[in-house]
Amino acid sequence: MTGLAFLIPIALGMGLLGLLAFFWSMKSGQYDDMEGSAHRILLDDEDEVEW
Amino acid sequence: MNAPALPLAENDAGETIGVSTRFTVPGMKCAGCIGKIERELPKITGIEAARVNFSAKRVAIQHDPGLDEDDLSQALLSIGFEAQRVSDNPMGTENAERRKLVRALAVAGFGMMNIMLLSVSVWSGAEGATRELFHWLSALIAMPVIAYSGRPFFESAWMALKFRRTNMDVPISIGVILATALSLYETITGGAHAYFESAVMLLFFLLAGRALDAVMRDRTRDGIGALLGRMGKSASVIGPDGATRRVDADELEPGMLVLVAAGEAFAADGEIEDGASAIDNSMLTGESQPEAVKPRDTIHAGAINLTAPIRVRLTRTAQDTAIAEIARLMDEAGQSRSSYVRIADRASRAYAPAVHTLAALAFVGWMIAGAGVHQSLVIAIAVLIITCPCAMGLAVPTAQVVASGALLKRGLLVKDGSALERLAEVDVALFDKTGTLTIGEPRPVLGELDYEARSVALGLAQHSRHPLSQGLAAGLREAGVEPALVENVSEEAGRGVQGVWNGQPAALERPADGAAELATQLRIGTRAQTIAFTDQLRPDAAETLERLSGQGIASQILSGDREHAVQDLASQLGIRAQSEAKPAEKLETLEDFKTKGQRPLMIGDGLNDGPALAAAHASIAPGTASDASQQAADAVFIGRGLRPVALAVDVARQTMAVVRQNFAFAIGYNVLAVPLALFGYVTPLIAAIAMSLSSLIVVANSLRLAGAAGKETSA
Repeated sequence: MTGLAFLIPIALGMGLLGLLAFFWSMKSGQYDDMEGSAHRILLDDEDEVEW
Repeated sequence: MNAPALPLAENDAGETIGVSTRFTVPGMKCAGCIGKIERELPKITGIEAARVNFSAKRVAIQHDPGLDEDDLSQALLSIGFEAQRVSDNPMGTENAERRKLVRALAVAGFGMMNIMLLSVSVWSGAEGATRELFHWLSALIAMPVIAYSGRPFFESAWMALKFRRTNMDVPISIGVILATALSLYETITGGAHAYFESAVMLLFFLLAGRALDAVMRDRTRDGIGALLGRMGKSASVIGPDGATRRVDADELEPGMLVLVAAGEAFAADGEIEDGASAIDNSMLTGESQPEAVKPRDTIHAGAINLTAPIRVRLTRTAQDTAIAEIARLMDEAGQSRSSYVRIADRASRAYAPAVHTLAALAFVGWMIAGAGVHQSLVIAIAVLIITCPCAMGLAVPTAQVVASGALLKRGLLVKDGSALERLAEVDVALFDKTGTLTIGEPRPVLGELDYEARSVALGLAQHSRHPLSQGLAAGLREAGVEPALVENVSEEAGRGVQGVWNGQPAALERPADGAAELATQLRIGTRAQTIAFTDQLRPDAAETLERLSGQGIASQILSGDREHAVQDLASQLGIRAQSEAKPAEKLETLEDFKTKGQRPLMIGDGLNDGPALAAAHASIAPGTASDASQQAADAVFIGRGLRPVALAVDVARQTMAVVRQNFAFAIGYNVLAVPLALFGYVTPLIAAIAMSLSSLIVVANSLRLAGAAGKETSA
C-alpha cells in the first residue's frame, strides 16, 4: 500500500507533464504547418555565405 | 523599429509597431520558395518580417502601417509570386474550433489512460479499501476530465434541446452524465462497480471522430469577398471641364462619364459613349475569347478593357452591378445547402428515441419484476452506456477521412464530409463548357497545313508571347513539328509576328476578314492560309460521361457560351445542352431539377457558374477555376483530365456503402449487447471491452477505403 502512495502520484504527474507538453507544442504552433516544417529542414541558415 | 525577425504569431499584431497582413500565395511549391519569401521580403523598406505557412500556402507579413495591400502584393510579385490578400476572420474561427476539439481529445486521452490503469487493478480483484481508494482516485480524475472534454457535446446537445430538436449529442450527453452520476453514487456508497472509464473512453472515441471531421473542414469558403475583389476598385471620372479625377468604386454614381484605360478593370456597369476596344468578359460569361465592343454597347464591372481607351457612361454602380448580383445569388444559394442534414444526425433522430425508450422500459420492467429502485436504475443506466453511439460517432468521420485522403492522391480535393455525402446522392450532372469540358486554352486546327507550313508557323510562333501564338506553338510541338529557321523575327503588338524564311517574307497576322472566330493568318511569300483555333475537349471527357451514365447519372451541358458552339460539342458528346445561360438562368435550371426531386451535380469553373455551384446539391470545380468558384465548390480537381469527376462520385458512393456497413456493425453490436444489459449482466469490464471492440471494427472497416480510388482505375 505504501508503494501506491508514491507510484500513483508519479504516474499521474508524468501523465500531466505529457499533457502539458502537448498543449504547449500546440499553442506554440508546431502543428500549424506540418508540410512547411518538412521543407524547412532543407533550407540553409541565413548566416551562411550567399552565392 | 528594427524588430528581430521572429516567427509571427497569428493573433498578436497589436504587440509590435507594425501591422500584420496575410496573403495567399498559390505558387509556393518547394523549400526554395519559403526561403526566398522569408529572406527577400524583409529587405524591402517597411516590411519587418514574413512568415510562410506552407500547408495553407499563406504568408503573414508584418509591416509598417504605411504600406498598403497593393504595395505588399507588388513586393511579392517582384520576387516572383502572385498573391492575393486573405481576410482574417473565417480561418481563425475554424482553427479555434479544431484546436478546442484537439485539446479536449488530449485531456480525454490522459484521463482515459490513467483511469483505465486504476480500473484494470479493480477488475483484477482489488478488494475493500484498495478498491474504494481506486474508485475515489478515478472519480477525482474523471470529474474534471468529463467536465472539460464533454463540453463540445453538452453544449451542442443543450442547443438542440433548447430548439426542441435532437441530435447525436443528446443521447451521448445523457449517457455520459448518467454514467458519471451513477459511478459517483457507487463510489460514495462503496459499491462494486464504477463506470468512470466507460464514460471517459466514450468521450475519447467520439472526440477522435469529431476532430477528424474538423480537420477535413479546415478550408473554409469565403467566396463572396474573392468575387468582389475582381471588380475595379476605382475609376477615372471625367468632369464637365474635361479634367479627370480618381473616384472610389463605391462612390461612383449612375450618369458619370469615366475614362477606362487599356488594361484597366471596369468598376461599374455602363454604356460605351466613345471609342472601340476589345474586352475580356470571361469573368461573367466564362468565354475565353476577347469580345469586340463599340459605342452604345453595354459593359459590366469586372470585365477588363484590353486594347484601347474608351469613355463609358455609367448605368449601374456599387451594389447594383451585375457582379454584385452574382455575389448576392451565391450568398443566397449557399444558404439552402446549409440546411442539409448530415447522415449521422439523420441516424441519431431514429436512434436516440429508441435507446431512451429501451432504457426506460428496462427500469419499469425491473421495478415491476420486484427489483429495488437502485438495481433497476443501475440496469437502465447500463443499457444507456452500452448503447451509447460510440461506434456510430466514428462510423461516418473515419470513412470520410480515409476516402478523402485516397481521392486527394488521385488529384481531387474534397472540402468536407458533408460534400462526400452529397456527392454520393447526385443523379444528374451539369457541365459548364469552356474550361470545364474543354481545357480552356486555344489549340490550333492543323488539318489543312502541310509540314512546311507547320514548321514555319512554329518558327514564328515560338518568338511570341501572345496567347494564340503560345497555343499554336504548344499544339505544333505536340504534333511533333520541328521549328523552321526563321530570321529577322519581329513582333508588333496588335498586328502579329513577321520574319524571313528561305528568302521569302513570312508572318503570322490577324486574319484579313476579321472573322468572329479565333483565328490567325499564316502568310509565306504570297500564299496565305487561315489557322483556326478551337478550345480543345479534355482528353477523357467522353469516357467520363460514359462512366457517369454507367453510374446512372445523366449528363447535360449548361453553358453561357453561344448556341452553335455549345450545340457542336453537345452533338459530339451525344448529350443535351442549354446555351447562352446567364448566372441567374443557370440557377433557375438547377432549381427546376431540384423541384423535380432530382439532385444535380454542377461542374463549372467561371465566376458566372458561382451561384450554380453554390446552389447545386454537390459541385466540383477544376483547379484552373476562379477563386470564388473553387471556394463555392465542394471539391476541386487538378490536371487535364475530367476523370476525377466520375471517380469522385464513385468513391463517394463506396464511402456511403462503408458508412452504412459501419452503422450495421454498430447496430449489430447493440443487438448482442443490449440483452446482456437488460438482464443486468453488464459490468464495467464488459462495457469497456464491447466499446473498444466495436470502435476497432468500425475503424478497420473504414480503412478498406484507402485503396478505393486506386483499385477503381485498374478495373
